Order: sequence, then C-alpha cells, then structure tokens
Amino acid sequence: MQEVLSAVSTWLLPLLIALVLVNGYIRRVSIYNAFVDGAKAGFGTSIRLIPHLIAMMVAVQVFSASGAMGLLVGLLAPVAHWFHLPPEVVPMALLRPISSTGSLAFLKDIFQDPRFGPDSWVGQLASTLQAASDTTLYVITVYFGSVGIKNIRYALKVGLLADLASVIGSVIAVRLLMGPMPGP
Amino acid sequence: MIDLIWLILFVAGVVTAAFTGRMQAVASAVLGGAETGVALAIALVSVISLWLGLMRIAELGGLVDWLTRCLRPVGRFLYPSVPPDHPAMGSILANMSANILGLGNAATPLGLKAMQELQSLNEDKETASDAMCTLLAINTASITLIPTTVIAVRMQSHSADPTAIVGTTLLATCFGTVAAVILDRLFRAWSKRGRS
Repeated sequence: MQEVLSAVSTWLLPLLIALVLVNGYIRRVSIYNAFVDGAKAGFGTSIRLIPHLIAMMVAVQVFSASGAMGLLVGLLAPVAHWFHLPPEVVPMALLRPISSTGSLAFLKDIFQDPRFGPDSWVGQLASTLQAASDTTLYVITVYFGSVGIKNIRYALKVGLLADLASVIGSVIAVRLLMGPMPGP
Repeated sequence: MIDLIWLILFVAGVVTAAFTGRMQAVASAVLGGAETGVALAIALVSVISLWLGLMRIAELGGLVDWLTRCLRPVGRFLYPSVPPDHPAMGSILANMSANILGLGNAATPLGLKAMQELQSLNEDKETASDAMCTLLAINTASITLIPTTVIAVRMQSHSADPTAIVGTTLLATCFGTVAAVILDRLFRAWSKRGRS
C-alpha cells in the first residue's frame, strides 16, 4: 500500500499533464496558446488571496509566538490522543470547515515549526488534512443562501461529520504511507 | 464568525504574551506574519497558473466534458430524485468534475447554478430538498486529484517532495466522499421516518 501511495504521488501529476497535452494536440487544440490563456487567470486568483493570507498569517503567528498555541495544544492533547491525532494539528482541523485561509495559515505555521517541517509525519498529515476537506460552513451558507433555503435539515450535521471522516481518512492515509506516528 | 476567530487569535496571543513575557516575539510575529502571507500568495502563483493553463487545454480538448459524461451513472445513483435529462443534472455533474479537477473558482458558480435548478424541482421553496443536501455533502467532501494550493505551500516551505501528498489526499478524499454519501443516505432515511 505504501508503494501504491508513493507511486500515485510521483506519477499522477506528470501523467495527467502528458494526457492533457496529447489529448489536446490530437483534438487540434492550439495547446500552447490555450495554456498561456488559461494560466493568465492564475496570477489574479493568487494575488486576490494576499489580504486574506496577511490577516490570517499575522493572527496565527501571534497566537503561536506568544505561547498561546502551546497552551491550546496541551489542553487538546487528551482528546487528540483519543483520535490518534498529533495535538498540533487539532487547531488547524477545527478551523478547516470555517476558514480555508485560516487553516492554511496554521499549516504554514506547522511547516515553520523546527520540530516538524513539511516532510515530517505531522507535516504530511497537516498537508493531507488541508487538501482533503472544504470550508463546509462557508459552502453551506453560500449555497443555501443563494436560493433562499431557510430549513437546511441535516445538511450541516452531514457536512461536519463528513469533515470528521476526512480527518480519519487523512490519518489512515498518512499511516499507510509513513507508518504509525513516531513518538515525541 | 470569522471576526470572532480572528479577534480571539490576536487577543489570546497578546494576553498570553503578557504573562509569558514574549511580547517582543509577538511584535515581530505581526510583521513576520504579514510577510509570510504575501510570500505564500506569491508561491501560489506558480502552481495555480500552471494548473489553470493545463485545465484550459483539458477543457478545449474535451477532457472536462468526458469526465462529466463518465460521472453520469454516479449522478443517477446519487440523485435518484433528479430526472437524468434535467438541466440540474448537467450542472451537478459539471460542478462535481470541477471539484475533482481542483477548479474551485469554476466549481462555485456551477454549484450555485445547480442549486437554482434544484430549487425549481423543489416543492417547498424554504426547505432543502434531498438532492440539495446530497449536493452539499458531495461538495464539502470532494474527491481531489491534485491539491494545488497545498503543493504550492509545501514548495514554498522547501519540502523535499512537495507532491508526496497527492496519494494520501486522493485516498483521504475517497474515504471522505464515501462517508459523506453514506451519512447523507442515513440521515435522509432517518428524516423520512421521523416525518411519516
């Protein structure tokens, strides 16, 4: 399973690119111009995130540098242990359904932590967590709000439970790739 | 809600620093945080531009439509209350493929269009229909092929292998999607039993 997961990680992106290019060429798409045209939008998309990222990064770094993060992580440790989660990722997992930029700021904070870094067990788990779920609360508000639904029935419960399932799925996936979490 | 979270992160930080004597570190964290925020956004430009460029080729080459067609049977299974030829099904499937391909900017308008068309099928305009709840469940736990944002942040943090999380993300999102579908069906069955 470990081999399968790392093979997917190594091969999927290059193969997908090759498939897209070959298919485009066969279908007589002007692939170079299409690429340049599509990629233009990437700059604006990223730059529009700057105010959000500054706001969240400053708050998270203040929270972390003051020692408040350490206190919170200590408080959460018993619960985290129960879910087989490293406590350091719990604040991030809790913020993920509410704010994607907020949890991204926590992710960056974990990467900057000299104890972890992006390639550590905790770093891989935090990466997978961030990638594997969405801002459930935001999506529910926007989608139902756009058509004037007032009674959302069980949608919130299902969304949040599915987020929890994504957390469990991420832990399982990282355990399959890297083995059980190394001790402190 | 986001206001409150932002406030709490700041205030908790400053109050803790007052007790731990780390105010100096907090002051430099303010400036460092702002700088990191900009650096992250700049790091996103490379991967997101690359991906959007490729996806334009995929779109023009018919790959996105092909994926949408492949998802048809899945759509019929997930949305039994939506007629397969109704425009709602088209938007639902297009939204699903945009999510799988990591096109968040395209996925949201398609999802909102799907909601509008589902609303036209909905009898009680103020209560969510079964299909709407399914659409939300699938959207919040979508299968993800290439997690572009996280790959960019990993690159910016000097990861030795930024794409190492592609496999784990795919597995975790498949798990999450299956869980979302099962949970959606369970809660739907429970809500029906409660009503009758």
